[in-house]
Amino acid sequence: MSLRIPHRRLAGLAAVAFAPLLLSACSGDDSPADTTAAEVVTIQDQWIKAADSGMSAAFGVLTNSGASEVTIVSAESPASAWVELHEVVVDPGGATTMREKDGGFVLPAGGTLTLAPGGEHLMFMDLAGPLRTGSEVPVTLSFGDGSSTTFTAQVRDFAGNQENYVPDSGHAGADHPGHGDTGHSVPATPGDGA
Amino acid sequence: MRGATADAATPAETVVPFHGEHQAGIATPAQRHAAFVAFDLRPGGSRDDIVGLLKIWTTDAARLTRGEPALADTEPELAARPARLTVTVGFGPAVFTAAGLERQRPAWLGPLPPFGIDRLEPAWSDGDLLVQVCAEEPTTVAHAVRVLSRGVTSLVTVRWTQRGFRDAEPGRTPRNLMGQVDGTVNLTTDAELDRLVWHDGSVTPWLAGGTSLVLRRIAMNLDTWDEIDPAAREFTVGRRLADGAPLTGADEFDEPDFEAVDSYGIPVIPPSSHIARARHTHDGERFLRRGYNYDDAPGPGRISDSGLLFTAYQRDPHAQFLPVQARLAEFDALNEWTTPIGSAVFALPPGVQEPGGYLGQTLFEA
Repeated sequence: MSLRIPHRRLAGLAAVAFAPLLLSACSGDDSPADTTAAEVVTIQDQWIKAADSGMSAAFGVLTNSGASEVTIVSAESPASAWVELHEVVVDPGGATTMREKDGGFVLPAGGTLTLAPGGEHLMFMDLAGPLRTGSEVPVTLSFGDGSSTTFTAQVRDFAGNQENYVPDSGHAGADHPGHGDTGHSVPATPGDGA
Repeated sequence: MRGATADAATPAETVVPFHGEHQAGIATPAQRHAAFVAFDLRPGGSRDDIVGLLKIWTTDAARLTRGEPALADTEPELAARPARLTVTVGFGPAVFTAAGLERQRPAWLGPLPPFGIDRLEPAWSDGDLLVQVCAEEPTTVAHAVRVLSRGVTSLVTVRWTQRGFRDAEPGRTPRNLMGQVDGTVNLTTDAELDRLVWHDGSVTPWLAGGTSLVLRRIAMNLDTWDEIDPAAREFTVGRRLADGAPLTGADEFDEPDFEAVDSYGIPVIPPSSHIARARHTHDGERFLRRGYNYDDAPGPGRISDSGLLFTAYQRDPHAQFLPVQARLAEFDALNEWTTPIGSAVFALPPGVQEPGGYLGQTLFEA
């Protein structure tokens, strides 16, 4: 027996408590063509790190209440010339670096993705101006199905998220600002050390 | 909301609700540990900056008080024991100036007039914004103070931090570090709080549900207090040391009889005693007290730096607190051993009724 759970009920469930659901292969009016990714993806607890210039990062908890996996393929914001989807990786030597994530951010059906310091995040690569603590910054996420959604994130002071940035050598916009532009020269991850 | 606690397995897990008509931490039964932190706005602070800061504080306070890590909390594990945490925010005069809201500033909001007994230090006085953090566990207080300070460090600086403690049995009056039962005469019923503490909005509409706070740092000279024997101490205060009963009474909560005289015609409670001088002359001179002891590291050559973080919550400090303070400053036997070294007055906005609001919203959207 297959169990079909309507989208509407999924939308109301708390992200953190979400357990894997019994989902049939989507059929009938549950097909992805009827609901866009933008309609089933929500964000909460979002925030963005204050910065005077250079780079910054935004975080939050993304929830996909839909019956299909969705992919965030890109992001943009008036606050930055361009925004990248970043992951943080630890190399065999123990050094932590951040880089663009191949394939974007994948949100499983009915699942969540947490963007947090030390992990995946939205990287604001070239700030148009200072991000002032307390202000709200619009961010637009674009999905694989062509839909997009816009939310605002509040700026707050935060000392962490200072991993070394490793430019993707194949990236079209080759002139990436170096890590030193933000004035942070020491690679560190929050929670590192004693 | 007074004494609202959830059924919890342990005291560490007990939550005091953040949302409500009034900010928590005022009528809330006093927790064992407190930190009062005053912040100053950095130059150039605008109305939008202050609103943004208050939204950040509201978000984090609502989370921490229910045992959830703050947004961007780098020590999430330290949020796991809410231990009746309350976070109470107040506004100094500069908030109104910076935000262009002088019209909304209460007439009483500003430094108290000076008293002859004062030896106020700027380092312990005034401030643009106040955060009062209280909890049953000191680590909870420390973490909340850290979180609230670091999320807005580009907008404000810490002006002073006053930490205190109290440890009476629940429902009992605590003792101060002079050894006295301290806090007996107080407001206790919801009716008294509604009449004397909570604004009803008739005078200052945005302050409906809010109140004011006077915080005075009272230094104790324990070295010279040591020289005084128990009988002299009791005459100084007007209460027995053993149980806090007035010298004319049998029980702590007996009404003092200031007219009673002994067989020689001498008043049993000296007119110069603390409780005689502090006594309200009418109902309108009453306020809610919620004091904490402090015992900081002594300076060079000293063995103690102790005293009282005296707090008074009332609708109008000028009408309710000042007359009492003026009588004490004019004369109080206890003044020999106590000195006010800090003083600050804040307007405490109403509570955030529901998630989505922010502290001070009624002022900024008035």
